[in-house]
Amino acid sequence: MAKLRGTGIAAVNYPTGMNLGGDPSQALIHATTSGSFVVSLSSSDLGQGLRTVIGQIAAETLGVAADEIVIDTADTDTGPHCMGTFASRATHRVGNAVRAAALEARAALLDVAAEELGACAEEIVTDGHGNLLVAGDPRRCIPIAEMASKAQFTYGRTIAGRGSYMKPKSPVDPETGAMDPDSTEAHACTVAEVEVDTETGQVAVLSIRSAYEVGRQVNPALVRGQIVGGAFMGMAHALYETTEPYYPSVEHKPKDFSEYVLPGPAELPEIDAVVLEIPSSTGPYGVKGVGEMTANSPIPAIVNAIYHACGVRVDDLPVTPEKILRGLEAR
Amino acid sequence: MASVIVNFELCGRDVEVLVQPMATLQSVLRNQLGHTATKEGCRQGGCGSCTVLVDGEPMLSCLLPVEDVAGRRVTTLEGITPIDGLDPIQEAFLESNGFQCGYCTPGMVMVTRALLDHDPQPGREAIVEAISGNLCRCTGYQPIIDAIEKAADRLSGSGEQTGER
Repeated sequence: MAKLRGTGIAAVNYPTGMNLGGDPSQALIHATTSGSFVVSLSSSDLGQGLRTVIGQIAAETLGVAADEIVIDTADTDTGPHCMGTFASRATHRVGNAVRAAALEARAALLDVAAEELGACAEEIVTDGHGNLLVAGDPRRCIPIAEMASKAQFTYGRTIAGRGSYMKPKSPVDPETGAMDPDSTEAHACTVAEVEVDTETGQVAVLSIRSAYEVGRQVNPALVRGQIVGGAFMGMAHALYETTEPYYPSVEHKPKDFSEYVLPGPAELPEIDAVVLEIPSSTGPYGVKGVGEMTANSPIPAIVNAIYHACGVRVDDLPVTPEKILRGLEAR
Repeated sequence: MASVIVNFELCGRDVEVLVQPMATLQSVLRNQLGHTATKEGCRQGGCGSCTVLVDGEPMLSCLLPVEDVAGRRVTTLEGITPIDGLDPIQEAFLESNGFQCGYCTPGMVMVTRALLDHDPQPGREAIVEAISGNLCRCTGYQPIIDAIEKAADRLSGSGEQTGER
C-alpha cells in the first residue's frame, strides 16, 4: 500500500463554432442622444463574459470608451437573429457581426461629424478619449456625445449600423468525409500530476498546468478565468461527476443535487497556464474561441497520470476509487 | 394552516411578515421583502447560494423556517452593501474575478463576512473550510480563495502594511 505519483499529458485541438446548416449571427448598433452606443444582440452571456468582450470589440471599432457601450442581449422576442452561445463561437462569430455593425455606425458618425466640422469624412478621426477631430487640425473637434445628440436634433440623422456574420454550410465530401465546419481552431496542451492512494483508490490531483494558443485575447483576465475554471471542471469530470455511475444500471444514481458528487475547494489543485497569441485570420481582431476546450485536455491528462502512477488504465469516466482498486486487483 | 405573523430584524430594520407556517426565510426574503440578492439554487441545503447571516452566523435560508428567525437579526448581501460603492469583500471579489455567472457570489460573500468577523486573518485551510458548503461551477474556486485572502489582508490592515493592492 502506497501513495504513488504520476504525470500525464494531453493536447486538444479545438474548433471555434460548428457547421450547422449555415451559421448566422447578427448585430445592430445605434447611438442614443447621450452618445452611448447600444449593441442589440440575441447571444446569451452565461457568465463567461460575452457582454464584456463584445463591448470591448464594439468600443474598439467605434473608437469610443468601453463604458459608453450598452449591451442589450438575449431577448429573442426583440433581438436580431443569433444561433446562440455554444461551440465556443460567440466571441468569434458574434464578435464579427458586432464589428461589422460598429464599422457601419462609425461611418455614419464620421459622415455627420464631417458636415459639422466642415471636412470630408476621410479626414475625421477619433482620439480614444471620446472626441471626433479633423486629422492634422485638432482644434476642429467635437465630443462624440455632443455629436450624437446633434446628429439627431440638428441633422435629423441616425447613427446606426447593421452587422451580420455567416459561416456558410460546409457540405461533406462523400468520398473522404472532409468538411470545413469551424471558423478557426485553438490549441492547448495540459500536464497533470496526481497521487494515487493504492489502499483507498483515491486520486488527488496535485497540479494542472497548461499552455494555450487562443488567438488574440480580447480580455486576458476572462481568458484566464475560463482556463482555471475549465481545468477544475475537467478534474471534476475526470474523477467525480456522473449521473449514471453504473450505466446502464440505475443503481446509485444521484436522485437530486445533494447526491451528485462534485469536488470542492478542498480538492483544488495548483492550476496554472501560459497563453500564446497567434491571431486567427477570420476572427474580429484575430480572436479564437476559448470556452469549452478548457475542460477538455485536463481529463485525458489526469487519466494518463493515473496510468503513469499505478499502471491502471481506466477508459470510462469518472475514474472512481472503485475502478482503481478493481484495476489494481486485476494486475 | 392559518398564516402567522413573524417579526425579525432585517439588515438593521424591524420587519413584520405574514407567512404560511414553514415558509422558508429564503422565499420570504425574495418574494415578500424584495431582498433578491439571496439566491435560490438547489432548495435543499446543498449549494450555499441562499446563505444569509442570522445573528452573525452563516445559515442556509432555504432550510430555515422563517418562524425560527423571530426576534433575531438577519443580514443579507443588501445589508453589507454600502449605498455608494462596494464593501471591501465585494471589491476583492471584483478585483480577483471571483465570479463568472455570479449565482454563488452572494452566498460566498456572506460566508466570507462571517469568516472574517470570527477570524480576521484566516489561513488558506480556514478559508477552504468556510466556503466548503458553497458550490461554484464557474471559477474553480481559486479566484474566490484569492479574493477572500485579499479581503482579509485589506480589512485587517496587513495589505496596506505590505503595500499590496
